[in-house]
Amino acid sequence: MAALVFAAALGSERLSFFDLNEQQRSILFDIRLPRVLLGACVGASLAVAGAALQSLLRNPLAEPYLLGVSNGAALGTMLAFVFFTGFEFARPVFAFAGAVIATITVYRMAKSRAGMNVERLVLSGVIVTTFLSSIIVLLTSLLDAAKLRSFTFWLLGDLSQATKSGFYLTLAVVVIGTIALSSQARALNLMMIGERDAFDFGVEVNRVRIVVFGAAAALVGTAVAASGSVGYVGLIVPHLVRLAVGSDNRLVVPFSALAGATFVVLADTAARTLIAPRELPVGAITALIGAPLFIYLLRRN
Amino acid sequence: MVLTGKMLEVDKISVSYDGRNILCDVSFSLEPGKIVALLGANGAGKTTLIRAVNGAVETKTGNVVLNGKPVASLSRREIAKKIAVVAQENETKFPLTVLEFVLAGRFVHGGAFGWETDEDIRIAESVLNECDLTDFRDRLMNELSGGERQRVVLARALAVESEILLLDEPTANIDLAHQALMFRLVRARCREMNCSAIVITHDLNLAAEFAEKIILLKDGEVFAQGDPGKVLTRENLQNVFAVDVLLDKNPASGNVRVTTVF
Repeated sequence: MAALVFAAALGSERLSFFDLNEQQRSILFDIRLPRVLLGACVGASLAVAGAALQSLLRNPLAEPYLLGVSNGAALGTMLAFVFFTGFEFARPVFAFAGAVIATITVYRMAKSRAGMNVERLVLSGVIVTTFLSSIIVLLTSLLDAAKLRSFTFWLLGDLSQATKSGFYLTLAVVVIGTIALSSQARALNLMMIGERDAFDFGVEVNRVRIVVFGAAAALVGTAVAASGSVGYVGLIVPHLVRLAVGSDNRLVVPFSALAGATFVVLADTAARTLIAPRELPVGAITALIGAPLFIYLLRRN
Repeated sequence: MVLTGKMLEVDKISVSYDGRNILCDVSFSLEPGKIVALLGANGAGKTTLIRAVNGAVETKTGNVVLNGKPVASLSRREIAKKIAVVAQENETKFPLTVLEFVLAGRFVHGGAFGWETDEDIRIAESVLNECDLTDFRDRLMNELSGGERQRVVLARALAVESEILLLDEPTANIDLAHQALMFRLVRARCREMNCSAIVITHDLNLAAEFAEKIILLKDGEVFAQGDPGKVLTRENLQNVFAVDVLLDKNPASGNVRVTTVF
């Protein structure tokens, strides 16, 4: 909450909360506030999806952006952007479909008869991500110059095009998605130990897998449709949360939602203010923090 | 709980992967309070057999019947409440405490959103105590030695309070004192709670000491089953393991003792 107020107050136009003229009021309520709230929802979505995917795949390095889920959603959004411009909700729907397809593809590629190891999973994610990126690049050639700039910015993770309807949809999905994943939290605690173990001790492994992949794809899909690929949030946030509260998913999932919201709001505030009046894409800030952490975690494993 | 008769009936089950037969017409039954040792060479189908018992592996033909109901008709949760498993543990990359790990055994007794009850915690602490792990309660799993972890895996299975225990080489990485402790625990549990256990082991003498019945598997088929004294014969062992053995009696217990001739 403090982060929300702090983020709303800061910006290239300096605002005081108590003495606003018409124009400043409009900046606060129509531009800055939707953006901050959307940032919070996007952060919560990505962090919760990351936490659940990590437990499901028994891999602390699983992350929507690295697994290709974000790029699947990005490609879906782009298809909607190019071919279904008239229909606003086409973007999240296509993003969700793209996220589901990318998730299943990576999972299938990474899983061999002997099981799944870290290298295989990360490699599969990288391959799917680069493949999808190349399709996205091909499609950008269909865009005119004006659309191209806003699209490129969006692709890097950008909250500047926040709208109220986008915020409501993301809020609804993050609430439902977090509840759905929390309902599987105890089962995920067993999955974290091993799929076979979880099965032996009474977990309906397939059902948990469907709920988690479905919820993660919905969370990432709506987040990406609203703000592009904000990378590494799903890696950094659950990692820090685990350091604070331990590995129990019944704590990790809800705390990741809170911490993810806070993290993206702060990162976006930095993106808006560091080189004001110009802006950075928020994805650049999160990747700047996330990539070194990823290398550190990979080496430690 | 069934007090007499058979709690588990395995009736002519066959299992195959990719057209290759792993198990062929295996039948046996399990009586309350008894320990059954499952012996055989590597690749004889021992692990597949116990995985078929808890429904993890599908049978091509035949039935596994638990308290009068086919396992195939029961839900995961119903099976896991009745049958607990001690398998080879794979290391987890997440920092789990020993207590958290053991509480996984209480999963089948709780709801989806549920937290463990005081009762769950009490049971987990009591099995940790039984397994000589009291001081390990808050240690992290990935800081323990292989043998210590294996004892935690047993503790987790005991925490289920199931009617049947399936143990797949439970003593593989364990020192001598804790091997004996584990088998004594399993035996005490079977006698006190009237439950039963199937144990896969390569230690023929441990099997002779602790099992009421032995099943010898060879190439997916039951080669012999029955009392340890009748099954552990020189001929049978030569046939199943392709080594020569000497047999005499364990001077402490009077049970059959097997010595390999090299």
